[in-house]
Amino acid sequence: MLATAIIVFREVLEAALIVGIVMAASQGVPGRGIWVGGGVVGGILGAVVVAGFAETLAAAMAGIGQEIFNAAILFAAVAMLGWHNIWMRRHASELAAAANRLGAAVRAGSQPLWALAFAVGLAVLREGSEVVLFLYGIAAAGDGGAGAMALGGALGLAAGVTAGAGIYFGLVHIPMRHLFAVTSWLILLLAAGMASQGAAFLLQADLLPPLGTTLWDTSFLLPDHSLTGRVLHALVGYTAQPAGIQLVFYLATLLIIGTLMRLVGGAPRPARRKGAAGSRPIGLQPGE
Amino acid sequence: MRSLALAFLLALFVSAAAAADPGPVTITIRDHAFVPAEIKVPAGTKVELSIRNEQAMPAEFESASLHREKVISPGSAISVYVGPLNPGRYEFFDDFHPATRGFVVVE
Repeated sequence: MLATAIIVFREVLEAALIVGIVMAASQGVPGRGIWVGGGVVGGILGAVVVAGFAETLAAAMAGIGQEIFNAAILFAAVAMLGWHNIWMRRHASELAAAANRLGAAVRAGSQPLWALAFAVGLAVLREGSEVVLFLYGIAAAGDGGAGAMALGGALGLAAGVTAGAGIYFGLVHIPMRHLFAVTSWLILLLAAGMASQGAAFLLQADLLPPLGTTLWDTSFLLPDHSLTGRVLHALVGYTAQPAGIQLVFYLATLLIIGTLMRLVGGAPRPARRKGAAGSRPIGLQPGE
Repeated sequence: MRSLALAFLLALFVSAAAAADPGPVTITIRDHAFVPAEIKVPAGTKVELSIRNEQAMPAEFESASLHREKVISPGSAISVYVGPLNPGRYEFFDDFHPATRGFVVVE
């Protein structure tokens, strides 16, 4: 039962942390519960379907179907998270003149949530399909007992959701005017980590060269399977023994999304001036 | 006599070519164990591992050091390529049953 709980927790953790960050990033947006909840439910339904077709998927495309599928899911999520960040930055600069609590709330209120909902759905789908396969496997083997399995699964799920709630409540303590800068960074790092994971799948499918099988090895310091290693893996894409191509994808994602954010957002936000801030015409903002 | 020698040479050549490409290394997962639990592969070459899951439950072949992660449905087999690798011991495990472990020994 405990083994079941640990494995389910591990799979749920990554998706739960993403949901926690997305909930914090959409703080104050009307209907965000529906959007994010919809993403989670859609992801779970998708996970059941994917788990049902696991064998077909593995055999597809001359045996690399699983790798292609995982990479596609990850890169789609990267695109969604990147799009969200770029959108936020553009509107942040439009509203930079009113960079106060009200401005932040207005900015948040007009934020479209489909990209974040999609990213949540994809993360839940990917991690969820493994949970479904795993639990199905235990049920099929029939050696643990259905009750122990259900209890273990529920405990693992609860622990994962607690971690997601933890990061959410930690983040929402940040004052509104800083919150979106912080979540923006977190989402950027999430995206880079996912891109590096996607590259690992393409490397496994032999579609990319490794560019150095092991760039460095920090597994003696912080192994991938430790709790801290897993949390950092989910949040910033940590891996103890990265291949060169993973670092290339990681940095390229940071650079591309970061550059696009800068381009649409213009120069760094103008310093606030006493009194003048509110009266500055939006049309004259840098980058407009 | 001459053609016999030629045939002999040809046979040598063919067997040498066969030795250069040993084909996939087969690993079976049975009763929560990799059989064999340790495989030896030469350094600096790409090797195909063919992993068959003979259990009633799915398995996930995973290795942090080899960067591999692949689900194997019950009763089916997957293939993954590893290498070219530097000499050393590379651990792999079943992510759905982490006590099930094995090693790729590169020498």
